[in-house]
Amino acid sequence: MSEFFHMGGYGGYVWSAMAIFIGVLALDAIAPLLKRRRVLRELRARARRAQKRNEESA
Amino acid sequence: MSYGSSTSACRALLVRDFSLVWRRRGDALNPVLFAVMVVMLFPFALGPEAAVLARISAGTVLVALLLAGLLSLDALFRSDLEDGSLEQLVLSPHPLPLLLACKILVHWLTTALPLIVAAPVLGELLYLPRDVLPVLMAALALSTPLLSLIGAVCVALTVGMRRSGMLLALLVLPLYVPVLIFAAGACNAAQQGLPVLAPLLWLGAALALALVLAPLACAAALRISLS
Amino acid sequence: MNPLVLWFHKLGSPPYFYRLAGRLLPWLWGLALIGLVAGLYGGLVLAPADYQQSDAFRIIYVHVPSAWMSLFIYAFMAANGFIALVWRIKLSETLAMAAAPIGAAFTAICLATGSIWGKPMWGTWWTWDARLTSELVLLFLYLGVIGLYHAIEDRRQASRAAAFLALIGIVNLPIVHFSVKWWNTLHQGSTVKLFGPSLIDSRMLWPLLVMALATKFLFAASLLSRARVDLLELEAGKDWARQVALAGERA
Repeated sequence: MSEFFHMGGYGGYVWSAMAIFIGVLALDAIAPLLKRRRVLRELRARARRAQKRNEESA
Repeated sequence: MSYGSSTSACRALLVRDFSLVWRRRGDALNPVLFAVMVVMLFPFALGPEAAVLARISAGTVLVALLLAGLLSLDALFRSDLEDGSLEQLVLSPHPLPLLLACKILVHWLTTALPLIVAAPVLGELLYLPRDVLPVLMAALALSTPLLSLIGAVCVALTVGMRRSGMLLALLVLPLYVPVLIFAAGACNAAQQGLPVLAPLLWLGAALALALVLAPLACAAALRISLS
Repeated sequence: MNPLVLWFHKLGSPPYFYRLAGRLLPWLWGLALIGLVAGLYGGLVLAPADYQQSDAFRIIYVHVPSAWMSLFIYAFMAANGFIALVWRIKLSETLAMAAAPIGAAFTAICLATGSIWGKPMWGTWWTWDARLTSELVLLFLYLGVIGLYHAIEDRRQASRAAAFLALIGIVNLPIVHFSVKWWNTLHQGSTVKLFGPSLIDSRMLWPLLVMALATKFLFAASLLSRARVDLLELEAGKDWARQVALAGERA
């Protein structure tokens, strides 16, 4: 097991490369989820404002 | 309704652009002053040793001229956009690529030519070896029109943006890198006594392509950003 | 009308695409995850150590797929950009712009992991050879496209301008690919070939191909996820978008 982490002496290089790969792709996967929450919130607020305008003018 | 020939339209555009530049002819020196100042920074930064400066002289002059040209790109369409004549140009019945080629020509003659004339002086400031100078001038003669043509396409994409300076640099620099590599390659070869024809021919080929394609791309880009 | 052509036309409609992408997403993420686990297990555990590079060569299993994706995504972006410019199809505009950040991410991973691999193998974090320089230029092209897209206010005009820029930069793609053939580079030449035998042991090759497939699924999943959100934002005034937002509130 420790040999697996040691990677023939190159452990630092191999594992930091893996970490960059996983880390950057995780950020890339999460970013649209955060944006989605914001966009849905704005759409609902917009719908509520439109509804209020309709009620006031009716 | 009849309109004149494309040739007379081009002539009129050239005369107009030259007159406009002539009215503010003091401004034409600004890129040159900028290039001189950039070049002056290097002896201060790296020390005044002739050997060190001579080694980097050609490349530094190329970069200084590239940056000075980059700063002057914005002026290509700015005043025409502000007074509405850019839209008239796009709407005119004459081929837009031809008209834009004329504009780019005037821009190159009025901003790049003074820089090219100043290049030997800039080279002297950095102890440029005498036998490299003709190669540097040839490289500049081939690369500055390329930079104007490629730059015009990118300026067309960002025309009308208020704070487009940094964005323009970001867009244009990846496209400038190959030009710089070949121009500097020719100068480095000359400095080492190696044959210089190959990189200069590559620049020539790129220039031939750009002369035809860049005005077309510039016209398309302008139509997109003014739509 | 032929059902395939009909389906293709339907695909261009934002609400239809939104729903279809929503159904596909869990499968794509699932396949991507399975592929990643299988590829990384094969590469990190099963593949034998290289006789020259020992275990450091295992960086190949993240570096090379990222490099392949950086080129593939740029081609995808440029192709959709071309469709967007010529036929003005809204969906192509959205897909092209959604692909850009993912491509930039893979390019950055490729440069970073390559740099980490270079330090023990070449003795340097960086060198200005043709392959590395052209890949760096590719990163700046991606950043330029993203920057231009965010700088223009009107979203549809912004995506068309950025798509145009992407098309201009397409010349860099063959330069990156053929750089190791046309110039003397420190970066090694191609070992995995499309036509003809590859110059790599099959026990080392299969995890690499699995990772290539897994990253494609990852790209597809991330792309559809981003495209769905971008479509919601683009079509904010439309009825279908409002329905989605209100349905999400009740759910």
